[in-house]
Amino acid sequence: MNNAETESELQKTMMGHLKADRRRKLILNLVILALLILAPAVIYATFLMKILCFALFAVAFNLLLGYTGLLSFGHAAFLAAGGYTTGYLLSSYSGLTTEMGIIAGTAAATALGALFAIVAIRRQGIYFAMITLALAQLVYFVFVQAPFTGGEDGLHGVPRGHLFGFIDLENNVAMYYFVLAVFVGGYLLVQRIVNSPYGQVLKAIKQNEPRAVSLGYNVDRYKVIAFVISAGLAGLAGSLKTVVFQLASLNDAHWHMSGEVILMTLLGGTGTLLGPVVGATFVVNLEYQLSQGPLGDWVDPILGAIFVLTVMAFRSGIVGEIQNFMRKNMS
Amino acid sequence: MSDPFVLETQNLVKEFKGFVAVDDVNLKVQRGHIHALIGPNGAGKTTVFNLLTKFLIPTRGKILFKGMDITSMKSAAIAREGVVRSFQISAVFPHMTALENIRVALQSFEGNSFAFWKSGDSLNRLNDRCMELLDSVGLADFAHTTTVELAYGRKRALELATTLAMEPELMLLDEPTQGMGSEDVDQVVELVRKAAQGRTVLMVEHNLSVVSKLCDRISVLAQGSILTEGDYQEVSEDPRVREVYMGGAAATEQEAAE
Repeated sequence: MNNAETESELQKTMMGHLKADRRRKLILNLVILALLILAPAVIYATFLMKILCFALFAVAFNLLLGYTGLLSFGHAAFLAAGGYTTGYLLSSYSGLTTEMGIIAGTAAATALGALFAIVAIRRQGIYFAMITLALAQLVYFVFVQAPFTGGEDGLHGVPRGHLFGFIDLENNVAMYYFVLAVFVGGYLLVQRIVNSPYGQVLKAIKQNEPRAVSLGYNVDRYKVIAFVISAGLAGLAGSLKTVVFQLASLNDAHWHMSGEVILMTLLGGTGTLLGPVVGATFVVNLEYQLSQGPLGDWVDPILGAIFVLTVMAFRSGIVGEIQNFMRKNMS
Repeated sequence: MSDPFVLETQNLVKEFKGFVAVDDVNLKVQRGHIHALIGPNGAGKTTVFNLLTKFLIPTRGKILFKGMDITSMKSAAIAREGVVRSFQISAVFPHMTALENIRVALQSFEGNSFAFWKSGDSLNRLNDRCMELLDSVGLADFAHTTTVELAYGRKRALELATTLAMEPELMLLDEPTQGMGSEDVDQVVELVRKAAQGRTVLMVEHNLSVVSKLCDRISVLAQGSILTEGDYQEVSEDPRVREVYMGGAAATEQEAAE
């Protein structure tokens, strides 16, 4: 009896810890959100939007790498599919409101994601990465050749248009808050997913796939869904980016971009929600700072060195290392 | 339900390139039994296991579960039918808590496992059942411990509890006592005995004292086929069994003598 009582006491304190932990995270997120809302007062809004677009891209990618354990080396294809679709539609049909263009871009990337997933999902590890890379290269050449992408030049002068038909997005402040709202929506969706019943199964698959199978889970189906959602969100990031910069270019489809999102995610911390956001912020900032100074030509080697350092010494990434540090010093 | 055999294999064969790992195995596992599959290293025990749970596809032959042909069913599907396996290496989800490990198993039957839009709190109503299961293997105090931090014996206990969460009719245990000290072994023997109540168990086991304590019936596998079957008494007195356990040298000597 006594034993049972102490047990339930223990349970309660444990649950208490979990709740406190959750509350801390919520407060942290609210602080970050408040900073983002105030940020355009001090930082150039276009630069912030660039960060938010890449952060959303990395968050989408992390759903796959960090929470499902799948390394896609072809996520640039989805970023570009979203970007090009939105760019083409908004340029060609002036009657289209901005959000419709973005929804269409997201839908195109989602469909492309489903196609990729069906081909690649049965492969494991490096083979999965290679197939996604090969498919993304195929998509790249389609974008080079297709008549609606502008080939090497890309699509320029995409109109930002009017959100819901009446909010003029040529206004940079309006544009910023729209991007922020979409980013927050995407982030919350991923947060919801990883904490949902479905997210639990994803974690199980990541940690021990054969065991998940033996517990009756048809793991391929779970992976396909994660892949498709991730592709869709990457496409959403690409669509937003096109609207912000009024430009869809081949850079977004290049495998270099697939590598960059891996770097952002690893650097920030895979399997943490905030990690990819921090990683994207870091990388975009670094690229910008370097390009302003005398080291402009050294961006790639410096990023490469950081990549190596992260993989060798800070496996958990910035956010992961901070979490580990706090865990060690708080208990 | 009149069929006394829960699991039956008919002329089961698995060939790898130029090598027959499982050769014409006819295995019958009776309802309610703890049935052991023993044999020297490389006899094909784990291969048989992987065939039964569809982690490998048989070259020929049939597998029947309660009279139903499950030869061409997928791993995940037979798990839901009630054939659940454990693994040689401890199969847990290392970065989840003990409770979450079990909850993932229970969730398998909830029908909400694709609900990516639902709050994780919707799983909390499974927690009571999780605690019962943890308690049954003596892990109630570790419910919120991350599994990777549990001692080896406790991980195996957790794995067993997770398997039990599936309410399997037939449990397939692949060397449940492997790599354990003698204290832990006794504990696992008790756990398996408890877990086996009301179900059927087929286990691969090296430790013959475990087999003698637990098992109702034993099949001896050697070089991919069944050498003999019976209870512990019968099997342990069979000279052929001793022969395969003594190794090839003794066998050839004997053949030469004959």
